[in-house]
Amino acid sequence: MIAVYLVLLIPLAGMAVLGLAADTRHAGRINVRCNALALAASIWLAADVLVHGPRLSSGQLLYIDSFNVYLIVLTAFVGLTTSIFSGPYMAHEQETGRVNAGRLRLYHSMYQGFMLAMYLVLTTNNMGVLWVAMEGATLATVLLVSLYRTPESVEAAWKYFILCGVGIALALFGTVLLYFAAEQKLGIGGNALLWTVLHENAGLLEPSIMKLAFVFLLVGYGTKIGLVPLHNWLPDAHSEGPTPMSAILSGLLLNDTLYAVVRCKMLVDGSLGTPIAGYLMMGFGLLSFLVAALFLHRQTDIKRLFSYSSIEHMGLMTFAFGIGSPWATFAALFHMTTHSLTKSAIFVTVGHAAQLAGTQRMDKIRGLILTQPEIGWGLLIGTVAIAGFPPFGVFASEFLVLIATMRDYPWLTPLLLIGIGVAFAGLFRHLHPMVYGDIPEGQNAIPANLLPVMIHLALVLWLGLSIPGFLGNWFSQATQLISGASPL
Amino acid sequence: MAFSGLSLYSQAVLLLAGLIALTSFLMLGQSRLVRLVLVFALQGILLAATTAMVAGALDFPHLYVSAGLSFLLKGILIPVMLHRLIHRLGLHRELDTIRHPARVMMGGAFLMVFSYYVSLPVVAHSPLVTLNAIAVSLAVVLLGMLLMITRRQAVAHVVGFMSIENGLFFAAVVSTYGMPMVVELGVAADVLVAAVVFGVFFFQIRESIDSLDVDRLSKLSETDRT
Repeated sequence: MIAVYLVLLIPLAGMAVLGLAADTRHAGRINVRCNALALAASIWLAADVLVHGPRLSSGQLLYIDSFNVYLIVLTAFVGLTTSIFSGPYMAHEQETGRVNAGRLRLYHSMYQGFMLAMYLVLTTNNMGVLWVAMEGATLATVLLVSLYRTPESVEAAWKYFILCGVGIALALFGTVLLYFAAEQKLGIGGNALLWTVLHENAGLLEPSIMKLAFVFLLVGYGTKIGLVPLHNWLPDAHSEGPTPMSAILSGLLLNDTLYAVVRCKMLVDGSLGTPIAGYLMMGFGLLSFLVAALFLHRQTDIKRLFSYSSIEHMGLMTFAFGIGSPWATFAALFHMTTHSLTKSAIFVTVGHAAQLAGTQRMDKIRGLILTQPEIGWGLLIGTVAIAGFPPFGVFASEFLVLIATMRDYPWLTPLLLIGIGVAFAGLFRHLHPMVYGDIPEGQNAIPANLLPVMIHLALVLWLGLSIPGFLGNWFSQATQLISGASPL
Repeated sequence: MAFSGLSLYSQAVLLLAGLIALTSFLMLGQSRLVRLVLVFALQGILLAATTAMVAGALDFPHLYVSAGLSFLLKGILIPVMLHRLIHRLGLHRELDTIRHPARVMMGGAFLMVFSYYVSLPVVAHSPLVTLNAIAVSLAVVLLGMLLMITRRQAVAHVVGFMSIENGLFFAAVVSTYGMPMVVELGVAADVLVAAVVFGVFFFQIRESIDSLDVDRLSKLSETDRT
């Protein structure tokens, strides 16, 4: 259990050092090192859980099982690769004068703060602390969205702050109701918000109150997942903030919020014994998936384009978790992994592409593959992967979602297929002219670090060709926890 | 159940619930920012008083800490901060006109009834006090949202946001006798940080649009913005 404390302490120390002491010239490197250490600690933790099974810390404050430990490793990994990209990227932003030293310090410190909040969301056993950490993540990122201080970025940050703040307040109301339901059966005391205790006694909790609580929890956390119609903040925040922020918002924050919803769903299912929570998630998920797929066609800003793609994929995952069968849960967990890896890789490439062209407008980004082949190819392969082409992992996971839907709700499969087709068309009609086409005047190659992109895309390719045995086991263990049975 | 049949404690909670709901309505109709913040401070103090009373009447000593925190944060610190910001930004004379005051009030009344309707499932499993507490707190949350929707000034949005948190705390205190200490402290810390971040934002917004009228933050749209 030392590993879990390390996972939390490293980013805390990193936040303090980067915020107070560090010279901005070394800040990027310190950031990378903190994330590397956290990744090492998280792998240690994962090995520990794999050997010894679920672990509960003394005082029952932290709880690690195979569901959250894999997300911790994923979070640490994406956090590390994005920080490798963010060092030179932010240095370039400083050279071009978009940020000054003070804001760069804020950026690095809040990067670690955000990572801390994410680890806390994943490791905590207390539903209230989970809420606090989630709000903490909003607070850590909200100043980063307005980092450039343009009118657009201030507006995006304000919208993000207000919408997510109010949304998540509803989740707190849901948490209060949850506590209220638990306290009636378990007695007054600090234990009634502990997830392990709640899960053990889920059958005792009052169904009508739990149903009400889940509606608030889903709408509240759903705002943060970016479920339609609560998604408004997401494309704005992604498009106006610094690009590394978009990568970790899409790759990590959305996943970890969905994790919170799934935890709540497990409790509500245990209490109600009916699939009503699942139906709510399926409805919201499918709506988000279809609406976002359509909106892909109307975008003019490259980062908005891919943030809509994130909404689409989060919708698909929410839908799959809503179905709740072992197959669907397995598919959703797998899709979380592949989407997170692919999407963060895409945002890294998009960041470089936007720096190369000096704009985020897609009609101004042209001829990437001729100017700087690695960026062009990176964007092309990344988009091919996210659109769900074989042999990439996203194809495999979307295919699994389709199979799971076909088994339980066959009449919904056509909707999913249409959505995938529409999204695919939306991505490629914008991608093609950006990657090919002539080079505009005065466009020169820029220093770019595409190592993270290559690692991510190689992993996604590997996952598409074969799921390694230990990962398959891991997913099926997590599936067993969530849906009570394993597909393998 | 007849009101006189309730214990003194329950009567007091019901009275405070009513007063808190009243402050929410007062905020909804208040067009001067300075007074809006004053009413907000009053709501914070009422919340702290409720917490202290629950702590005393039912003997939950840890609630005294939470009452103290509420009083310091929501009754004094945040209102004072907002007040000073209003003066520094020169907004104390400005009127934040509400376009359709009557409709807003009707909407508020509707939300109040709606909250009682939503809380109906709770009735079967709890005493009258809890039902009222949950319904009133939900109403305070929704009225806070309505306040944010109908106003254009960023300061009013912040007051709405914070009053939503007040509503949540009221639910937590009266229906469940407070959340576990670690959660309360965490939420209080979040509120404090949020207040500071809001303060920073006022200046950023003013720098970018030269006023605090957030209706003018409308550059970002769904499609083209040329």
